[in-house]
Amino acid sequence: MIYFNNVSKIYKDAVALDDITLTVTSGEFVSIVGHSGAGKTTLTKLILADTAPSGGTVFFESIDVHKLKSRDLTRLRRRIGVVFQDFKLLSNKTAYENIAFAMEAVGKTDQEIASDVPHVLELVDLTQRMHHFPNQLSGGEQQRLAIARAIINQPELIIADEPTGNLDPVNTHEIVQILKKINDLGTTVILATHNRGVIDSVGKRVITMENGKIIRDTKHSK
Amino acid sequence: MVRLLETRNIVNNMTELKRIIKAGFINFKRGGAVSFAAVVVATITLSVITSIILLQAVLYFSLDSIKNKVDVTIYFNVGVSPDKIMLVKSSLEKLPEVGNVSYTSSEEALRLFRERHQNDYPTIAALDEIGTNPLGAYLNVKAKEVSQYESIANFLKGDDSLLLGTATIIDKVNYHQNKLVIERLNTIIGSAQKLGFLITLVLIIISIIITFNTIRLTIFFAREEIGVMRLVGASKMRVRGPFMIEGAIYGIVATIATLVIFWPVTFWTGRTMTNFLGLNMYDYYIENFFQIFAIILLSGILLGVISSFLAIRKYLNK
Repeated sequence: MIYFNNVSKIYKDAVALDDITLTVTSGEFVSIVGHSGAGKTTLTKLILADTAPSGGTVFFESIDVHKLKSRDLTRLRRRIGVVFQDFKLLSNKTAYENIAFAMEAVGKTDQEIASDVPHVLELVDLTQRMHHFPNQLSGGEQQRLAIARAIINQPELIIADEPTGNLDPVNTHEIVQILKKINDLGTTVILATHNRGVIDSVGKRVITMENGKIIRDTKHSK
Repeated sequence: MVRLLETRNIVNNMTELKRIIKAGFINFKRGGAVSFAAVVVATITLSVITSIILLQAVLYFSLDSIKNKVDVTIYFNVGVSPDKIMLVKSSLEKLPEVGNVSYTSSEEALRLFRERHQNDYPTIAALDEIGTNPLGAYLNVKAKEVSQYESIANFLKGDDSLLLGTATIIDKVNYHQNKLVIERLNTIIGSAQKLGFLITLVLIIISIIITFNTIRLTIFFAREEIGVMRLVGASKMRVRGPFMIEGAIYGIVATIATLVIFWPVTFWTGRTMTNFLGLNMYDYYIENFFQIFAIILLSGILLGVISSFLAIRKYLNK
């Protein structure tokens, strides 16, 4: 599904990614682990074409994502759900509106929005917080909202970049369980984290990165 | 099948438009202090434009009244028959530069002279002594533009076929006495108009830059949200649209504020400064209210929409 072919990324003098070759198949749950600055976030940004590689190519299925025109890139991004450490919610929109916006972006009708949004909010246990703004929600609630937004359009891939970075252990566990459930339903998940405990609780394929290189690629058998 | 797809496209576009407009209004409402600041700055810009419209009116009114005071008088010799004078009058009226020609007969000239000097006993006594009317008839010529008096004067000097023989019946043309004053006035009017235009241009450009930068600042605050919207797959138009609507709302609200502010301002100016300005500002404002409203509204909306459109471009290219 995703293929990195000798990809490098250099920011001024710092090497963020150094000649990465990597394949992620459809339906996999891949955890990418490494210290800050190891290159995890850069890797996820390259899939979204949020940044351009200094060398090499990144494919989403048969599409070279960095050769896409703006309109086609928008279409590609609609096939990917993204969850960030800092949630990246729209601060001037309520929980309901944040999810509705993602549906509007892909051209869903008002009826579809009215029926699906409450449903997904119920899934992440935020029904009571539907009309709250992000700054009125706790960290765990904000991240659950971000996940709800990421899955609302049934994407083929979920990218979660340090989704538990700002959360306590209880909320961390909850988020990991939600991601596992999403993966069980057939969605490919890429989880970038520096937290070994999170990786162990997932128990799936782990890619370890250090200084922009993949130093280990193992499959847990949990 | 094609028709069905077209209908679906239209419905989708209408839905998108409706959502963009709604989002623009919601953003404006939730913008709070940022929206307020943008409206205040846009109001200042529109107030500058309104002031310039009113000052231009005063300037043109003053220049027009000065221009109306300038004329050229052609004095005819005593005893020239009115028919010959009328011939000159009709020839002058045919000139494109001439605005108006008025005829004063020698009898009328005498009457006006007596009226003007009724308290000047020696002059009146001298006039009575002569017994006959020593004054000739005259034509008063007003040009359309101050700069055109010279060509009218030259026309009278020339031996044009239309005016054959006029040299013998004309006593004097006072253009040559007034030439310096007219030329100076002409230069002053030209400079005043040029200066007025230049000041207008500079003030409008400064105001536009300030408003543009304020709107750019409001969009700068939302730059992260713009990135997030793009990451969740929103099209450029879906992201940009609400900001442009918000910009238009700034313009509309600022227009209303400006027109409301100028109501008492022109009323006060009209009451206290009409003599000084020569023009009642309040009357002018009310008489031209709809034109001013249209100019301000259009400027406000264009300013808001174009500023938003340009300011957001930088954050959209991701």
